[in-house]
Amino acid sequence: MIWAAVLLGSLGCYLEKLFGFILPPTLLDRPMIRSVAALLPIAMLSALVAVQTFGDGQSLVIDARLAGVAVAVVALLLRAPFLVVVLAAAISAALLRALGVAS
Amino acid sequence: MTNTPEGSKRPITTSAIGIGLATGAYGLSFGAISVASGLSTLQTQTLSLLMFTGASQFALVGVLGAGGGVIAAVLTAWLLGARNGLYALHLAPTLNLRGLLKPVAAQLTIDESTAMSIANDHTPAHSRHAFWATGISVYLLWNVGTLLGALGASAIGDPAVLGLDAAIPAGFLALLWPRLRDRTAWAIAAGGATVALVLTPLTRSGVPVLASALIAVFAGYHLRDRT
Repeated sequence: MIWAAVLLGSLGCYLEKLFGFILPPTLLDRPMIRSVAALLPIAMLSALVAVQTFGDGQSLVIDARLAGVAVAVVALLLRAPFLVVVLAAAISAALLRALGVAS
Repeated sequence: MTNTPEGSKRPITTSAIGIGLATGAYGLSFGAISVASGLSTLQTQTLSLLMFTGASQFALVGVLGAGGGVIAAVLTAWLLGARNGLYALHLAPTLNLRGLLKPVAAQLTIDESTAMSIANDHTPAHSRHAFWATGISVYLLWNVGTLLGALGASAIGDPAVLGLDAAIPAGFLALLWPRLRDRTAWAIAAGGATVALVLTPLTRSGVPVLASALIAVFAGYHLRDRT
């Protein structure tokens, strides 16, 4: 099952790139296509942040992940590099759990 | 690299290596998060080799890890990867590729290589050099980073204890952050998050993130004359 997702997902993402080199560049003249493709990552990445912070199956919960994400926001405001942002979130969530402050 | 009247290409190569190193660090976290989400090291590495587009890779493993299923994971990855097609459309006239170089260039068409190509478009030769140097550098280091991250995460235990489950939303946030450049972007981000949270208790896992794409379609339709 995971392999199906890995291979199908990869094939589609590659074809999207390849079509761009094969299809006529005049497609770029359609403002709707340009604007939707530019906005998709914003809406979906934001949805992923929300679901991965609060989601637990079909329920919404507040746990150590929220503290981790809050620390990530601070790290981003301080212009920390990607790896530092991710590590800061993981370490702060792990610390809160180790101290028994959050689940 | 040869010097041209418009200036040396060496600074471009240096920047390309720097971007590759920074992306390699993303790769480390992708490798670790992917393994923590339940993928094997080989599956994780296959994504970096074949899919090679960070946001889609993070999304695929995130949706799978949350139990969203194959279809939702694949659709989410595809929708997030659609922008690479636009990049390719934009790059095609400058790169002016023939034959086998087209499918190779396609695989290297991502945020970083496109941005570097556009940033160095004072001559087509510089623009092309920036695309290839950045694409190759990021491809190699992203894959090395993925491998090290996956092996590292396989060596340690329960992801929740380590807080790796908090690293996943933090990773998405770091990918989102540079795109929040204006009020429209913030509004769309807020809309996407709201749709996803409202739908989480109502639909099966994976659907909420897919549904957030409708916010982009709706906003894109209304803003089509402004971008």
